[in-house]
Amino acid sequence: MNDETIIRVEDLRKSYQESEIIKGISLTVREQEVVVIIGPSGTGKSTLLRCINLLTRPDSGRIWLKEQEITAPHTDEDKVRQHIGMVFQDFNLFNHLTALQNVTIGLTKVLRMDSREARDKGLWELERVGLVEKAASYPAQLSGGQKQRVAIARALAMDPDVMLFDEPTSALDPELIGEVLGVMQKLAREGMTMLVVTHEMGFAREVSDRIVFMENGYIVEEGPSRQMFYAPKFTRTREFLGKISELYGENRPGEMQ
Amino acid sequence: MLDTLLLFLQRTAPELVQGTKITLQLALIALSLGILFGLPAALARVYGGVIARRLAIGYIELFRGTPLLVQLFLVYYGLPDLGLTFSRLFAASITLGLNSGAYQAEYFRGAIQAVGSGQMVAARAVGMSRLQAICYIILPQALRLALPAWSNEAVSMIKYTAVVFLIAGQAKILAGRYFNPIEVYLSVALIYIFLVFVATQIMGGIERKMRTPGLEMEIERH
Repeated sequence: MNDETIIRVEDLRKSYQESEIIKGISLTVREQEVVVIIGPSGTGKSTLLRCINLLTRPDSGRIWLKEQEITAPHTDEDKVRQHIGMVFQDFNLFNHLTALQNVTIGLTKVLRMDSREARDKGLWELERVGLVEKAASYPAQLSGGQKQRVAIARALAMDPDVMLFDEPTSALDPELIGEVLGVMQKLAREGMTMLVVTHEMGFAREVSDRIVFMENGYIVEEGPSRQMFYAPKFTRTREFLGKISELYGENRPGEMQ
Repeated sequence: MLDTLLLFLQRTAPELVQGTKITLQLALIALSLGILFGLPAALARVYGGVIARRLAIGYIELFRGTPLLVQLFLVYYGLPDLGLTFSRLFAASITLGLNSGAYQAEYFRGAIQAVGSGQMVAARAVGMSRLQAICYIILPQALRLALPAWSNEAVSMIKYTAVVFLIAGQAKILAGRYFNPIEVYLSVALIYIFLVFVATQIMGGIERKMRTPGLEMEIERH
C-alpha cells in the first residue's frame, strides 16, 4: 500500500435546519486503500460522501483531495468532481443515453475527448465491468445489477483519484448484489482507492482495509477490518456488527460473470 | 345546389387559400416564439434564483390568467394609444407567441421536474457544470417527455389563430360579402380540421422518432 493521502477530512460539520447531521468528523483515505463506512441509517454516512465531492457544502471543516484543499474559497468544484468518482444507491444512469453513451458523455463533454477515443475508452470500461455486450442498451433495458455496473464504469471512465460508493447494493434484489460486489472487489484488487458506505459485511470483511463505524454524526470507532470484526474496542461497535450481519446476511463478493 | 357551392368555392378560393397561409404562418411564428419564451421561463422557474423565479411566475400567470381575446385586443387597440403601433400580423404573432410561451413554460417545467433531481446530481458528479448538466442531461430528457403536451399546444395554436381572424377577419369579410356565412364558416372549419390533422401526424412522427426506452410519458389530451 502506498502512503500518499488521497482524501483528508478535518473536523467536518454539517447541519440541515436544526439538526446536526455530521458533528466533527476527521478521516483519511490513503492511496489504494479501501475504507468501508458502516453505521445505522441516518447517521450522516451519505452526507459525508456528498460533502467529500462537494455535492453538499459542509458548514465547517476542511477537506483535501491530494494536496489541494477543496473546501478553500474559489475552488473549481466541477474540476474537483472530475477527479472523484461517485456511485449512487439508485444508480442515476442517464435515461436517454445507451450504456456506452452513459460512460462516454463525461469524456466528450467534460474532458473534451474526441468521440472515437471516448468510444474506445467507454467500451474498455464496459469490458471492465463485464457489460460490453450491453453497450447499445438503454438503462430501462438493463437489470438493477447491470445498471449499477454501468454506473461504476461511468465513474471509472473519468480516471478518478478515488471512488465513492453510496450504498451501491441497497436498491438491488438479493440475487443481483453479488455481481456488483464482484466488480467492486476486482477494482480493489486493481488498486483503486475506494470509500464505501455499505451494509454488506461480507464485502467489508473480505475486501476492505479499514472499517469506520459511524453513529449519530460521530465516528465511534475505526480500525483495520480484522480488528473491527474480531476485537472491537467498544461494545456499541460489536452490537451493531452483530445486528447488521444478522439482518443483511453475509453476501460475499460474487465472481464476475 | 352543387353548382352554387362550386361557384361559391371558385369565387372564394383565393381568399381562403390566403387565409390558410396566414394561419400557418401565424401558428408557426407563435409556436417558435412560444419555445423562445417558454423554455427560459421554465428553466428560470425550476433552477432560477428568487428574482428569476418570480419574474417567470409573473409572466406565466399573467398570460395564462387572462383571455387570449383580451390580450389581442389590448395589443391591437390598447398599445397604439400609447404610441406603439404594429402591423397586424406582427402584433398577432407576438401576442400569440407570448400566450403560447406561458403554456409551454408549464409543460416544460412539468417535464423538467419529471426528469428527477438524481439526474442532475449524477451529472454534477461526473464533473459537469450546472449549465452542461441542463443542456446534455436534463433537457434532452425533458423535451422528450414534453412532446405529447407540446403537440397538444401546436394543435391548439392552429385553432387559436381563428381568434385573430375574428379581429382581423378574412372570413368575416367574406361572409359579409357573399351572404353565405354558413358555407364560409364550414369551409374554414374544414381547412382547420385538415391543418390540425396534418400537424398531429407530424408531431406523432416526431414522437415516434424520439422514442427512447424508459422515457415515455402518457399525457391526457384535452
